[in-house]
Amino acid sequence: MNMIVCVKQVPDPEAPPASFQVDAASGRMVIAPSVNPVISPFDEQAVEAALRLKDAHGGKITVLSLGKDAVPHVIKKPLAMGADELILLQDDALEGGDSWSTAFALAHAIKKIGQYDLIFCGRQAADWDAGQVGSGIAELLGVPSVTLARKVEVSDGKAVVERVVPDGYEVVEVSLPALITVSNELGEPRYPTLRGIMATKKIEPIVWTAADLGVEASQCGVAGRRTRLLKLFKPVKEGRCQLIQADSPAEAGEKLALKLREAKLL
Amino acid sequence: MSDYKGVLVLAEVAQGKLAPIALELLGAGHGLAQQLGEQCSAALLGNGVTALAQEAIAYGADRVYVVDDPLLQDYQSDLYLAAMDKIITEASPQIVLLGQTSIGRDLAPRLAFRRQTGLSMDCVELSIDPETRLLLQTRPVYGGNARATFVSESRPQMATVRAKAMTPLERDASRQGEVVAVAAGLSPSMIRAKVVHRVKEEVEGIKLEDAQVIVGGGRGVGGPEAFKQLEELARILGGAVGASRPPCDSNWVPASLQIGLTGKVVTPELYIAIGISGASQHMAGCSGARNIVAINKNPEANIFNEASYGVVGDFRQVLPAFIAKVRELVGK
Repeated sequence: MNMIVCVKQVPDPEAPPASFQVDAASGRMVIAPSVNPVISPFDEQAVEAALRLKDAHGGKITVLSLGKDAVPHVIKKPLAMGADELILLQDDALEGGDSWSTAFALAHAIKKIGQYDLIFCGRQAADWDAGQVGSGIAELLGVPSVTLARKVEVSDGKAVVERVVPDGYEVVEVSLPALITVSNELGEPRYPTLRGIMATKKIEPIVWTAADLGVEASQCGVAGRRTRLLKLFKPVKEGRCQLIQADSPAEAGEKLALKLREAKLL
Repeated sequence: MSDYKGVLVLAEVAQGKLAPIALELLGAGHGLAQQLGEQCSAALLGNGVTALAQEAIAYGADRVYVVDDPLLQDYQSDLYLAAMDKIITEASPQIVLLGQTSIGRDLAPRLAFRRQTGLSMDCVELSIDPETRLLLQTRPVYGGNARATFVSESRPQMATVRAKAMTPLERDASRQGEVVAVAAGLSPSMIRAKVVHRVKEEVEGIKLEDAQVIVGGGRGVGGPEAFKQLEELARILGGAVGASRPPCDSNWVPASLQIGLTGKVVTPELYIAIGISGASQHMAGCSGARNIVAINKNPEANIFNEASYGVVGDFRQVLPAFIAKVRELVGK
């Protein structure tokens, strides 16, 4: 089975909120230098979903990532987890895009890869939280998609997917090839093994440019966007937390209850 | 682009009625359409849903496009996509709104790409720029650490909207509107991703997404035992228990209770955060709560920047007295 997993490198979303500031003038995020780049958490789970199928059925996993600023040891983590191949889309022409241009470039890369049964994406990236690239790729490739998966199995040439819904889950059968977006309910991704990390050192990423994908500069990156960022700002915080003062923790607990009652919250 | 006129909202149906998100979108769509001096339409998809069209009108629709088909009994991705695509072709709206629901999250991106247009997911504010008359689409980014306002460079301008971010209109049964039956030409052969069955998972008590009160526990509660106290508090308040990521990763509670960027987005009236530091990844899931109350022993914890009321202290000592007093006050 041939699987492709799309991953994105993002600033660690677990970093303290103070590390994420906004430069209003330029409309850019300013990320503190102490924040490490990581693979977006849902994307790691997408890798995990593919690895579980590889464990069960064998096959090849190709990891695909768009972005010039990929840090080698970060972007290679899926390889250390057990993926087989890494393709990086790196080109100035591909930068600065929105979900549309990102999906456009990734879909063309997947066409170039050619052979695939399943494509996995995280349900959203932990930086811009857009949540549409996966479905977008599927639409551009003309393949069916199942979103918000918590479990994926393959039998008789189709995938059986448990899709998370608020009051439980749906069991979705989909013909292959198909694209699946993965949600956190899939469970924790595996840790890279030492052997995996060592093996990774020998794997060189394949780098493709816009020209390799056969896309015009006018279709991708900034030029290919369908949406434009008008304004970036910090949400206004009222910053008016009333701290309960008391002589003992127990008294504080009681006073808190009374305060909430007074505020008609109980 | 002047061929595109009006606002179209997807009016989701749940248990034979318009879903709360449908009423909220109608309220929002009606307001935006008024600012543009144009009409607000609803798309109503399902089996035996035509009768709900009047309801959509009562809540703000000027026109309702109905695809009433037994095949649409439950949500099927490929069929809903085809039906919405057809309605957009017929209605040619300049704005299309869907809910940030399990349907909207699946359908909206595919629909936008099929229409080759831009989309902003999970918007919490929508307005019309008085000068450009463009739809301003504001949504949280970077796990709620910032907000971004986008405009579309293509038509229709599409957005999904977070639950409870918009206000429904008062129901007005005297409102008049037009009902248009749309023949979408659906057939079972169009289904490629087929929902073969639905499993309801018994959750004790109330669903997180619906809860008016949520008691959340974080790393600071120290282990699974503490969640029993949180459950008791939730039960007294008629609410639900949630958690930040560490308790879920450590299997103190099931992953389905996780609130946050990796997890569920909740919008209760009251969120009681216990032993939760307030990392952005968690706040992304609960910053829409109307009131946040925090109990945490670290006075520097970020949660106190987000909370309206707080106690700096060890929850082991604060919580029993708090629960006892709450029980006394609410009489349970």
